[in-house]
Amino acid sequence: MNARRAMRDKKAMRENGRPSIGLLALQGAFHAHGEVLVRLGAAPREVRLPGDLNGAEGLVLPGGESTALLRLIEEYGFEETIPRFAAEGKPILATCMGLILLAREVRNPAQKSLGLLDVAVERNAYGRQVDSFEAEGEVLGRPFPMVFIRAPRILDVGKNVEVLGTWNGDPVLVRQRNILAATFHPELSGDDAVHGMFLDVLPRER
Amino acid sequence: MSEEKGTLRLKTGFAEMLKGGVIMDVTNAEQAKIAEEAGAVAVMALERVPADIRKEGGVARMADPKKIREIQKTVSIPVMAKCRIGHFAEAQILQELGVDFIDESEVLTPADEAHHIDKHVFKVPFVCGCRNLGEALRRIAEGAAMIRTKGEAGSGDIVEAVRHIRAVVGGIRRLAGLREDEWMAEAKELGAPYEIVRLVAREGKLPVPNFSAGGIATPADASLVMQLGAEAVFVGSGIFKSEDPAKRARAIVRATTHYLDPKILAEVSEGLGEPMRGLDVSKMDEKELLQTRGW
Repeated sequence: MNARRAMRDKKAMRENGRPSIGLLALQGAFHAHGEVLVRLGAAPREVRLPGDLNGAEGLVLPGGESTALLRLIEEYGFEETIPRFAAEGKPILATCMGLILLAREVRNPAQKSLGLLDVAVERNAYGRQVDSFEAEGEVLGRPFPMVFIRAPRILDVGKNVEVLGTWNGDPVLVRQRNILAATFHPELSGDDAVHGMFLDVLPRER
Repeated sequence: MSEEKGTLRLKTGFAEMLKGGVIMDVTNAEQAKIAEEAGAVAVMALERVPADIRKEGGVARMADPKKIREIQKTVSIPVMAKCRIGHFAEAQILQELGVDFIDESEVLTPADEAHHIDKHVFKVPFVCGCRNLGEALRRIAEGAAMIRTKGEAGSGDIVEAVRHIRAVVGGIRRLAGLREDEWMAEAKELGAPYEIVRLVAREGKLPVPNFSAGGIATPADASLVMQLGAEAVFVGSGIFKSEDPAKRARAIVRATTHYLDPKILAEVSEGLGEPMRGLDVSKMDEKELLQTRGW
């Protein structure tokens, strides 16, 4: 009941009742995430400058090239905007490059990251594009289709990080409070369950 | 625990990751490093940039594997390389080297005037050039995981890139407006397989990402083709044939992301030094054109 009332107050932020989800669109697979979000009844909006995030209820950090992204992140102040958004407790879904961006530590090669997710991660850990693969992993005990593209590998997870999904013994889907992060690409597999988990924490209107 | 590699989903999925980015032509490790520093999403390794191929003439072939390996060792971003149209043996070698994408490119001298490579049999994804929708759909039917409009490589003149992106995007719009019983006649007209024509008519977009190439020399050029519907850009001679490659590379990267923001475009366009000199394509002889290679 309380959540519903809180939602009514926040109604102005919604587009025809659909939660507005920021989609970091500096570079990467943001279109594919947008299609999933629309399918699940959310209203994605492309974010290219920090101000574009105003009023968004959640944020998706898509896959792409992390070195390219870092340049664009720093240029316009996202390295302050994203931590602030996370600190407000709003949900963040980070895939592949997005996870690398949030990690505590990045290897192969070492590069800067925002340190919001307590994991160490190795870039391109499974090889080049010819080694990219599709496989069946496990999410919360059920089989789950996973698409790994020049994927990173999580090397260790901190004690506040919950492992929700694995493949071949590696953690591939993790959660730390409001941050949900995957090394694979749930936007490409056709199974929208991960995006569903991300949107589920938002207050419902109906 | 079965893993599948080389699937169409992995190929086009990888192309998705490059959207909104800039892929830069480089001829050595030093240039590759400059490109990576500037924020390129990938580099294209080749022996000579198109402007030099044009100037020096002779047969243009796949780059020396040694050079490709050096570039792979130097950067962590994806490394692409070009093979000649129809030269599947060059493509096999590039796949063996572990390049991340192969460009079956009209910039190199064609090896086969009748047949393009059967790209389905490769694990590595391919990008192919096109001038119109029919050509794009033929390449997709052969297994291309990404399409780039050809433009006129090495010219520094944006006019052909604009012509081609308009032709492809306009062709898709036209197709999406047809009645179902008109699709077969359109397939005949386009010279493309009916199944793919139907797919594009239904979805109103290509089944693979659509990038732009050939003549992009300034941040404004990048913004123009992005606004016309390109999803990322390839820059060949435009960067390393200009006065200050690092600065221009950075500016084109920013322009491709912020292609809709004239304020940022104005900022990044300032004080870049001389762009590549360029060639006016309308003054060029038909025989000098690279875009007419392949069909």
